[in-house]
Amino acid sequence: MTDTASKPGQTEVWITGIGLATSLGEGLEANWAALSEKRINVDEKGFAPYIVHPLMPVSFDSQIPKKGDQRQMEAWQRIGTYAAGLALDSAGIKGNKDILSKIDMVVAAGGGERDINVDSGILTAEAKGANAPGFLNERLMSDLRPTLFLAQLSNLLAGNIAIVHGLGGTSRTFMGEEVAGADAARIALARIASGESDIALVGGSHNGERKDLLVLYEFGDFNLKDKFAPVWARKDHPGFALGSAGAFLVLESKAHAEARGARPFAKLSSVVADLAKRKQPGDMAATLEKLWAKLPRREGKGAIITGATGAEPATSDERAFLKSHADFPVRSTGTVFGHAMETQFPLGIALAALSISRGALFPPNDSTGTEIEMQGAPTQIVVVGAGHWRGEGMALVEAV
Amino acid sequence: MTAPRDKLGRPVVVVTGMGIMTSLGAGKSDNWAKLVAGESGIRTITRFPVDGLKTTMAGTVDFVSADPFSSTALSERMAELVTQEALEQAGIGAKADFPGPLFLAVAPVEVEWPQRRELGRAVGQQDITYDDLLRISGGGKFSAYHHRFMFGSVAAYLAETFGTKGSPISLSTACASGATSIQLGVEAIRRGETDAALCVATDGTVNPEALVRFSLLSALSTQNDPPQAASRPFSKNRDGFVMAEGAGALVLESYEAAVARGAKILGVIAGCGELTDSFHRTRSSPDGKPIIGCMNKTLADAGMTPDQIDHINAHGTATPENDKMEFNTTSAVFGELAQKIPVTSNKSMVGHTISAAGAVEAIFSLLTLEHQRIPPTINYDNPDPTILFNVVGNKARDARVTAVMSNSFGFGGQNASLILTREPA
Repeated sequence: MTDTASKPGQTEVWITGIGLATSLGEGLEANWAALSEKRINVDEKGFAPYIVHPLMPVSFDSQIPKKGDQRQMEAWQRIGTYAAGLALDSAGIKGNKDILSKIDMVVAAGGGERDINVDSGILTAEAKGANAPGFLNERLMSDLRPTLFLAQLSNLLAGNIAIVHGLGGTSRTFMGEEVAGADAARIALARIASGESDIALVGGSHNGERKDLLVLYEFGDFNLKDKFAPVWARKDHPGFALGSAGAFLVLESKAHAEARGARPFAKLSSVVADLAKRKQPGDMAATLEKLWAKLPRREGKGAIITGATGAEPATSDERAFLKSHADFPVRSTGTVFGHAMETQFPLGIALAALSISRGALFPPNDSTGTEIEMQGAPTQIVVVGAGHWRGEGMALVEAV
Repeated sequence: MTAPRDKLGRPVVVVTGMGIMTSLGAGKSDNWAKLVAGESGIRTITRFPVDGLKTTMAGTVDFVSADPFSSTALSERMAELVTQEALEQAGIGAKADFPGPLFLAVAPVEVEWPQRRELGRAVGQQDITYDDLLRISGGGKFSAYHHRFMFGSVAAYLAETFGTKGSPISLSTACASGATSIQLGVEAIRRGETDAALCVATDGTVNPEALVRFSLLSALSTQNDPPQAASRPFSKNRDGFVMAEGAGALVLESYEAAVARGAKILGVIAGCGELTDSFHRTRSSPDGKPIIGCMNKTLADAGMTPDQIDHINAHGTATPENDKMEFNTTSAVFGELAQKIPVTSNKSMVGHTISAAGAVEAIFSLLTLEHQRIPPTINYDNPDPTILFNVVGNKARDARVTAVMSNSFGFGGQNASLILTREPA
């Protein structure tokens, strides 16, 4: 069992802070406005034939005041450190030393941002005949920036957040693509619900504008090419468009939030995750059904926000699962934000909490009819995150 | 028999299976025999050319093969072998059916140079850009590279092979990762989510770029000759750590579940603690407060006082800063006891197994409890006069050991400590 539903006698866990920096903009207003207006920001030219959702430029100075700190990070870390700062602001705890000295951080991260000039320089020299035994060593010793390693290490996103925002509690980094985001929320929720922790910062960040990442996913033919289409309309032209995004949440026990007068966006009732074997078509859908059954009983006005990638066969499997719950209006974050890998699940939770707090699900953005209009205010939103290759997660976000 | 719950009313978490691999060899028996004999696993690197490198030695695991070779493939193979050893000892569950979750400490995964060069050759021209690599990467020819270089690939393989339950967690807290994997397992059992957890830590990343990266941060020893003498924890002439490979696996169970199935209890994870340092990306806060806080939290978690700790398995990397900081912070927590409690650093012999170190050293600590014998810190010929630890120098020492503190500190302000005991408190 790796479920973390709130059990009787366990404390309720509230989402009291949200920080977003995405291809639609920074902050809750900009993202909500773009969602409401069905705006999508794709770049079909910069990485052609590959399509990416580029980060809407932000002024990093406002959350990362020291240029020295910014220089020590690569883009994925700057995006995350920025979004984490927005989440702390949103929760009203930025600079609150008492709380920041004990906050528990669980970050979902990739890493390994390459210096592509160094890589291509070495490959070119080797292709031109440089084949001395120590050639690679010598070039790496002379060409790599000493601090690049720190911009590549997965746990240094958390490290940078701690340094820039003065977090002194605990810090754990989970890796493993999409489901790492679900597991980060699952563990943070379990720790707060059981009383091990009072407050946590959870999230991730992703720079989708990277050719080294495109290479990695191109190995499996997972990149969306040539022409943008909504996730549900990619069946004959499958793939994901990498997205740049940072999404962080402040999770807090109800008692801790009430004691400091913090208002919740929503409550995080449950997070569950699993690893389907995915040997046969339908295996993943069966696992999603199992996770669905593990969530607490839903009686309210529900919806689903999914991080479906557009890659196959995962998206077809997920569509079969969604069809058996067709009474729930569905929204795809992949269509609007692109695929932000480890960050997609925290982004889904953030949008669920935002929708509940604003009393409306954002409108559909789909040409296939998979996404339908929703009337009235959602009180329960299920967040679905099935990885493009492995790993399935699900969360229930509810109105307080 | 003692109570199945600890002083704080939580399930007591015990260890019922262990598996280990280091540059000294495979398995507990071989490792322990060589460890107490003071043997070093550090040798000159033969896996790849070392021309042009400042550091030319490491604690590589060369007796395990992974084909096609990559650091991630080696990490996976080592993790599989140590897990097999741990499961055989624990005798838990059925084949490919472990009754609990997997927590895996693993080095961040990335495409490596042999594969990148393969792509370069496939481009077939002299000027190579990432656009060229992109053009030839698709179409299925390199699909195995996608699967291999997913961050979750090692955990997914282990989860399928050993039938662990739920979503396996791959984690990194840098050099504290192994300790964090154990902590996650302990917490899951204490919360009552599971009766058992499989905690594995592995690191097979001695490759040219990894070595260069640490070298450029001036973190590595350059005392290449003889390699066995390079790792010098607590010595005046220490000059950095030695990269090493290895893996460790622990089967954790609630005391109640272990007793109920008649399992042999190898030791107790009495306490875990962690605390972030927000001072600097690679350096500890000069006042040592985060490390002091980490040790104090761990003592509090175990419900113990410093005088109940009778051995410290130090992080002891042999970098000039770490060892000094570790003595100062230990002194702040333990007072005069810091100069009396026997302290050792396994890294003097096996090097720094990075992501695996916390688990490898927890297992060595449990073996210390079992054998009532403390492995030495070798190469301790020139003690640093400012580090007044009671170092178990050069020769193993018989001692009455009931509780061990094992420390792990890492880049990114990661600090984690464990307290391991023979019997439930």
